Amino acid sequence: MHGRKFRKFPVIISAMIHKKQIYFDYAATTPVDPRVMQVMLPYYSQAFGNPSSYHKLGQDADAALENAREMIARYMHCQPSEVIFTSCGTESDNLALRGSAFLARKERGANHILISPVEHHAISRTAQQLANVFGFELEYLPVDRFGKVRIEDVAARIRPDTAIVSVIYANNEIGTVNPMSGIGELCQSKGVIFHTDAVQAAGYLPLDVSSLHTDLISIGAHKFYGPKGIGALYIRQGLSVLPAQTGGGQEFGFRAGTQNVPYIVGMAEALHLAQSEKEDRIQSIKPLRDHLIGTILEEIPDVQLTGHPEERLPNHASFVFHGVDGNALLMMLDVEGFACSSGSACRTGNPEPSEVLTSLDLNRDWALGSLRVTLGIMSTSSEIEEFLTVLPKVISKLRKLR
Amino acid sequence: MSKKPVVAIAMSGGVDSSVAAALLVEQGYTVMGMMLNLWNEQDSERANRCCTPDSMALARRVASILSIPFYVLDARQIFFDTVVRSFIDGYTHNRTPNPCITCNRIVRWDFLLNHALAAGADFLATGHYARITQNPDQNFHLSRGVDPSKDQSYVLHVLTQQQLKHALFPLGAYTKQEVRQMAHKYNLPVAERPDSQDLCFVGSDGDYRQFLTRHAPYTQNPGLILDQQGIVLGHHLGLAFFTIGQRKGLHLTSPVPLYVLAKDSHQNALIVGTREQLGSNQLVAEGVNWIEGHPPDSPLDAMVKVRYRAYDVPGLVNILDEDTIRIEFVNMLRDITPGQAAVLYNGDICLGGGIISNTNKLS
Repeated sequence: MHGRKFRKFPVIISAMIHKKQIYFDYAATTPVDPRVMQVMLPYYSQAFGNPSSYHKLGQDADAALENAREMIARYMHCQPSEVIFTSCGTESDNLALRGSAFLARKERGANHILISPVEHHAISRTAQQLANVFGFELEYLPVDRFGKVRIEDVAARIRPDTAIVSVIYANNEIGTVNPMSGIGELCQSKGVIFHTDAVQAAGYLPLDVSSLHTDLISIGAHKFYGPKGIGALYIRQGLSVLPAQTGGGQEFGFRAGTQNVPYIVGMAEALHLAQSEKEDRIQSIKPLRDHLIGTILEEIPDVQLTGHPEERLPNHASFVFHGVDGNALLMMLDVEGFACSSGSACRTGNPEPSEVLTSLDLNRDWALGSLRVTLGIMSTSSEIEEFLTVLPKVISKLRKLR
Repeated sequence: MSKKPVVAIAMSGGVDSSVAAALLVEQGYTVMGMMLNLWNEQDSERANRCCTPDSMALARRVASILSIPFYVLDARQIFFDTVVRSFIDGYTHNRTPNPCITCNRIVRWDFLLNHALAAGADFLATGHYARITQNPDQNFHLSRGVDPSKDQSYVLHVLTQQQLKHALFPLGAYTKQEVRQMAHKYNLPVAERPDSQDLCFVGSDGDYRQFLTRHAPYTQNPGLILDQQGIVLGHHLGLAFFTIGQRKGLHLTSPVPLYVLAKDSHQNALIVGTREQLGSNQLVAEGVNWIEGHPPDSPLDAMVKVRYRAYDVPGLVNILDEDTIRIEFVNMLRDITPGQAAVLYNGDICLGGGIISNTNKLS
């Protein structure tokens, strides 16, 4: 096809030290469901048209695009025209927060932003930029010891000049689910814009905007077995959101740029599968997760569950271990064949506890030893059993190192 | 078939540790890369929680080329508490410390080795130019690397039998030039990186004097510069900013070049003199590590290195006690400096060494 030869992109599967890797990091990302991949394929080189084009190829792409929008709208109980495609959950968060804040200030002089301390960086860093660079007043809600926002705390802080309230639906690090409908109803009654980051929640919790009473909802496909690089933002009809990206007027003017049709089709299919198979998935995953949490709390000394014991994502387990270096823990688990994550460790070896863990009032000796184990549709009980034999040994080894 | 030994390679993103990793992979070991996140001045000023310095990105890249897992461990606290603290303390007590030795003793060959072993490694390897051999007596011997200009056995003289048992130095048999060629051969993106500097934790100016001013402001303690007769020749800004044998930076007008002979902490005075007056024919070293595990029964003749870059000189080593030695030299040695290590050799074999504490001349 081309005169020039491109080097093939190698698929590197690194050799593990001992055995095959068991994946327990579904909150970080998920593999693409083969059924999702199937529906995406035709839109790469067959129905590859630009959805904005006049001709039939363009019309085919547009049909796929609008069909995907309708599928997503069906699960959000909203109008298709209220679903905007973006490049990821982070972009949705950025567009929602920045776009609303700017226009709320322009239209009604609102200058106050209210967020929780357990937001994903996509929200907290955006809010901090709005405060530090654009002069908004940023206020943080308190949370209880499970990292949960209380409705009364929101009520006490909403002001006439509040531009937007943003509270994460379910937190990525500690899994706690927030009382969305209550906060939503409250904001609605006070006439304040309410956004939620539902990136972690979308695979397991209802996205029905009428019962959640939200004005803006962010989702990202790769958390529910869709491709990376595609997300969506629900924008309630009539809401003013300043576009971050202007151009050809795609996505109802909210987000210009030629739509990524195969990814959009993939996201719609992935959301369809996640929402329609939701009960089955929860039924297979949650007992494994409960067994995992129960055994760890019982068999390992000096451990605490982080986040809410019941009101948490069904696939999510997170802990802090006293006197353990979270980085070293992840290393040892990886060597043993388990891919896990943590709220404090990052890949550059800086273990500073995250804002989320810090907001839980955990002593530093606890917060440095965090571990997140998130399960998915491929998780099996034998994987859990293997993990439960290894983890206590690893924790005790690490404690002896100090 | 028995299980292949697992080796953790300490990676820095430099050419040496990268080639060492490649050699281990080629030799058939099961290899995992480990990198220590060490305290440094810039890091403490950086707001970003997840900083990715160049060297870390390079080490990660090398690991991915070799298809080995790569882990970063946080060692900032222990590095600061031991290496940086003792560096500052050394200068505060008018010594010239060698932080690489402290780092090897406490951070690499204790903290990192223990983490590597806990993670299931059989060995910890580094890119040092040194060799390990096991003799019929079952003891491990540390020998110089074959490249005399790169030999790093000096900073490894602190290793014990227990540590050597788990240590691998894949580069010991190669010259630096060969290592660079291998980096090209393996297509590692580090082939042309310059050698690392010793004071890795000092800010971008690389100046230890500025570092001391920032972190130990009390080292700025002006005093007199005297000759050996006590005649005032000038003023200095703090003893910590000078080292024995130093000529530059004294700002003295003298018909002959003058050198720092000693630091008199009682008078806070810098004692200077001519090249002929510089030096000593004996030293006392403390905290001695004997690689064999115990001191020899009787005094021994050995080759002695009093600085990393010094030439070996013959000396008579007297055993004062379990971890103290006194070395007598036939000739005067100009660059004996308290705080540096005196390291003993028998031919290519490193016998051990200790930190120089006293350099008074024998009369």
